[in-house]
Amino acid sequence: MSGVLSYLVFFLTTAAIYSIASLGLNLQWGRTGLFNIGVSGFFAVGAYAYAILTISPLTGQPGLGWPVLAGLLGAMVAAGLFALLVGIPTLRLRDDYLAIATIGIAITVQLIATNEPELTGGTNGLFAIPQPVAGWLHGSGGVAFLILVLICVALVYLALERMIHSPWGRVLVAIREDETAASSLGKSAFSFRLQSLVIGSMAMGLSGALYAAFIKFISPQDFLPIFTFQVWAMLILGGSGSSAGALLGSLVVWAIWTLSGGLIQAALPAKLQVDSGAIQIILIGLLLMLVILFRPSGLLGRKRPAVHRSTVPSKEQA
Amino acid sequence: MLEVRHLVKHFGGLYAVDDVSFTVKTGTITGLIGPNGAGKTTLFHTIAGGYRPDRGEVFLGPKRISGLPPHRIFQLGLVRTFQIPKPFREMTVLENLMVAAPGQLGERFWSAWVAGRRVRRQEREIRERAVQVMEFLNLGRVAQELAKNLSGGQQKLVEIGRALMSDPQCILLDEPGAGVNPSLLVEIVDRIAELNSRGITFLLIEHNMDVVMNLCDPVLVMAQGRLLLEGPPDLVRSDSRVLDAYLGGTPA
Repeated sequence: MSGVLSYLVFFLTTAAIYSIASLGLNLQWGRTGLFNIGVSGFFAVGAYAYAILTISPLTGQPGLGWPVLAGLLGAMVAAGLFALLVGIPTLRLRDDYLAIATIGIAITVQLIATNEPELTGGTNGLFAIPQPVAGWLHGSGGVAFLILVLICVALVYLALERMIHSPWGRVLVAIREDETAASSLGKSAFSFRLQSLVIGSMAMGLSGALYAAFIKFISPQDFLPIFTFQVWAMLILGGSGSSAGALLGSLVVWAIWTLSGGLIQAALPAKLQVDSGAIQIILIGLLLMLVILFRPSGLLGRKRPAVHRSTVPSKEQA
Repeated sequence: MLEVRHLVKHFGGLYAVDDVSFTVKTGTITGLIGPNGAGKTTLFHTIAGGYRPDRGEVFLGPKRISGLPPHRIFQLGLVRTFQIPKPFREMTVLENLMVAAPGQLGERFWSAWVAGRRVRRQEREIRERAVQVMEFLNLGRVAQELAKNLSGGQQKLVEIGRALMSDPQCILLDEPGAGVNPSLLVEIVDRIAELNSRGITFLLIEHNMDVVMNLCDPVLVMAQGRLLLEGPPDLVRSDSRVLDAYLGGTPA
């Protein structure tokens, strides 16, 4: 396969993996108003859970050698349980405390990954992580894995959309809009927020697992707070509240991120090239500001009603 | 219907609700008046579970509700509205009403898969009920409008509408008339009287004395956290202690 095509496959696979985390964040922030700025933590838990569950113990690493499918499901369960642990003490508090707690927890996860070599390989990371469908479509250079990731995106998208447009999703929006009023109408805000946090985090965990399977090597360096920033940028640019927006935003932001990386490398004098990463962050930051100023609801923002049109009576009925 | 016994709510040294006891009889529209800062809204908030009482008890019928969280109190049949309307701004009026219906099967996230048909049937029933309530409150025209685009008075009607979705036994209305234009106010008063004749008990805070004198019997008067007196509206209007309280005199 030609270089351009195989790069395109690489690009799309990465963007699709990001988009799953972005879909999870859309449930949490876009629909429920949960200010989770520790996305990288839930992503890391999924990635490490997948790696530890699936790596063969024969490699001399802490692995259980489970089948890859069990690893993917296990990663989602691990991230969900982790969200439960984080959510129970923090979701009764005001919104800003959740933000503080999640950012702290993301950093804690990274520190644990760095300092527990028996479990995580420490700074050396974990390698030889098994990849699902490896070797299928022989010689296609990762197309089979891309298809698998796209199937995961589709499943997560459909599952979340179905829940978002159900009465359950309607309660989430009510809580986002006014928690006091929602509780005075019989909704347990804590319980619904916890459900939203756990389900969204499971998507982030799946995203992390697919990342580990894709790169086949993970280390604490893969789970820096910059990841959280990227996923937020994707959701806000695409349109917070909209699952389709989360998908589109992931594609656009990842395209800008990678293209600008290449351009900056080419354009900058050698002395400044070490700073190219910072320039990428500045570019995305600038883009975010422009979006917030000129199109605050994002590319595909909240224009649709909270519940699917089919459940809304037509004008004549109303 | 609603019985409050020796209720106390204080914030530090400030006793916002100070040993208040009263009974709201079934089928009445009981008024609650008093000068600003008398503790009326705090009393509402404490009865409805927003604050935990520091002392005292609240009973709804035979059931003790003090100490329960707001969503449990709602489920037992006591609903409140807010002084400053709290609509779900990014939801339509129809959705505001539909979300308030109690006992929705579809509120369990897994029921989208396992009980789709029953959830859809229930959604149809809830929608029909919401359409009826909107017609009753004259909100049909704005059914598909986002709640944030409504006038303040219409938002008050949305609050009443949400409360009605649950067939409550008792509604606490916090200043239904505040900031409402006179013609809409007549309508709101009319709707409250109509609902009361259908058997809903009301406890309402109001500053507009015309509304209070027209609707309420008995009337409770609060000042500085305490219950000053209770009686029929005519008596309350002519009581010198009430006048003193409003004009800044110290209550006897």
